[in-house]
Amino acid sequence: MATDSTNCDDVVVRAEHVVRRFGTKVAVADVSFTVNRQERFALIGHNGAGKSTLFRMMLSLLPPSAGTITLFGEPVTGRDDANQRAVRRMIGYLPEQVVLYDNLTAEETLRYFAELKGVVVDAHEIAERLDEVGLLRVAKQPVRGFSKGMRQRLGLAQALLGEPKLLFLDEPTSGLDPMGIRDFYQLVDRWQARGTTVVVSSHILAEIELRADRIAILAQGRLVSVGSVFELRQQAALPARLWVQARDASAVATLIASAERLGVTVDERTEMGVWFLWPSEKKERALAWLLEQREHWLDWAWRDATLEEVFFALALKEQTRQAEAEVA
Amino acid sequence: MNGAFLAIARKEFRDRVRSRWVWVVAIVFALFSLAIAFLGGAAQGAVGIRSVEAAIASLTSLAIFLVPLIALVLGYDAVVGERERGTLDLLLSLPIPKRAIVVGKFLGLGAALAAATGVGLGAAGIVLALRVGWSVWSIWAQFALGCILLGLDFLAIAIWLSTWARDRSRASGAAIAVWFALILVFDLILLAAMVGLGAHPAGRWLPWVMLLNPADLFRVWGLASIGNVQALRGVSELFPSVVAQQPFWLAVALLGWTVAPLALAIRRFRHDGKEL
Repeated sequence: MATDSTNCDDVVVRAEHVVRRFGTKVAVADVSFTVNRQERFALIGHNGAGKSTLFRMMLSLLPPSAGTITLFGEPVTGRDDANQRAVRRMIGYLPEQVVLYDNLTAEETLRYFAELKGVVVDAHEIAERLDEVGLLRVAKQPVRGFSKGMRQRLGLAQALLGEPKLLFLDEPTSGLDPMGIRDFYQLVDRWQARGTTVVVSSHILAEIELRADRIAILAQGRLVSVGSVFELRQQAALPARLWVQARDASAVATLIASAERLGVTVDERTEMGVWFLWPSEKKERALAWLLEQREHWLDWAWRDATLEEVFFALALKEQTRQAEAEVA
Repeated sequence: MNGAFLAIARKEFRDRVRSRWVWVVAIVFALFSLAIAFLGGAAQGAVGIRSVEAAIASLTSLAIFLVPLIALVLGYDAVVGERERGTLDLLLSLPIPKRAIVVGKFLGLGAALAAATGVGLGAAGIVLALRVGWSVWSIWAQFALGCILLGLDFLAIAIWLSTWARDRSRASGAAIAVWFALILVFDLILLAAMVGLGAHPAGRWLPWVMLLNPADLFRVWGLASIGNVQALRGVSELFPSVVAQQPFWLAVALLGWTVAPLALAIRRFRHDGKEL
């Protein structure tokens, strides 16, 4: 079991040995992690990995079967009481595939949710929120005619009402085009800079790789690993890929022979170049080797293992571990 | 906190007005009322309004079929619909008590139902009053109030079902089953029991069993509103006279049928998900 032992006085979310069962099925098994103030924390995992269940427990929509989750130091119990409501007042939530209400206009939607949150908003603030998500020009139009991306942006505007200290974003960019994704994260950046903590789940790993401070990988309900992209790469111990474009065809063989003497393996060879699998911790040695071989190459590129590769490596490791445990 | 109740109620009411539901149902009520008032005596060869009392007696039977059906259709997806749309989690993540969702929905949908019933029967009442005189207005208003109370009873039942159902199709199935059981089957069972028990002492309790059905309560209310409890027909003759002759107790009994399912709905909704 991976645990996150970050020591920080500013812990906003703390999950300790959280378990959630549905009948005999264990959806979340002994998960522990913390999310720090103003951090962007991502939960990634395949379908059925337990992300949504964990999300729902953090949101107090579902009580854990065992273990505890605290938000701002207050235990999340799933009970319908004043303490839980006080915590929810500090939260903004954008659900996956937000539908909202077709009969309401964008403006009315925000007014409705502001009223439910007990937030007093004037016309200026409503306009400001809609402008932030690029929906000001359709403020008076009913949600019925909105595209998926527009609904998603309105959902985010709704989540930002009341200046939340903690934002839960569940698959927030599904339905957004690349421009929309960029704008979306720019807005989240602004709120994070104001002090908001962000917990995000996504299956678009390339997006998370660039934008999360720390990432938790879930597989089969277990927390496989947690850390920054750099830390996860180290845990996965995957080699980096070094592309070397040779000066000519004969130089390819020379480069391969030289690299193999260092224990480096070839991943892929073409007529004009070669992909090496280079131990990522030996980046400096790679630079030195490139300088030594300067007369044989025209260009080179270094590519660390992607989050997707790291995810598959760590998830596979967990799967194997579980299979072995079952056999034992 | 009160803001949440009212915000949900206002949204539900506005939704039904915008979708023209209120107006369609009001027109249905008005047309049916006038049609029955004018054509109620056609079988005897007389067309036109004979008396408001006769119209109410006929309308009571119609309302027993129509009002519960409309109320059940209105409320069956109140909670499960939000769940299926994916908006329920969003509502539950907000700093509002769970009961605000159930009660707010009931208030909003109940207001829409009351408005549709009031406008429809009110319009028909005006036409009748112009034909036979304004003295009938209070009788008609009492009848309309009974229709609203009956509607609220079945709306509360529908919302309760909605908190139980896993999806909208199951909720609609349950709503139809309730309508079938309370409107069609209940009286038949009661009649069978009455015949079967004969002079058995247990038969003395049968009249009180009618309190278990809001449709029967309304039937008595409708006929009592025309001031002729002796005219009670069918199983309604069984009805405890102490209740039948006291509109106040009838209203209390009808309101009880609103409060009890609503309380059960709140209880169910508060515990939803915990037993999984």
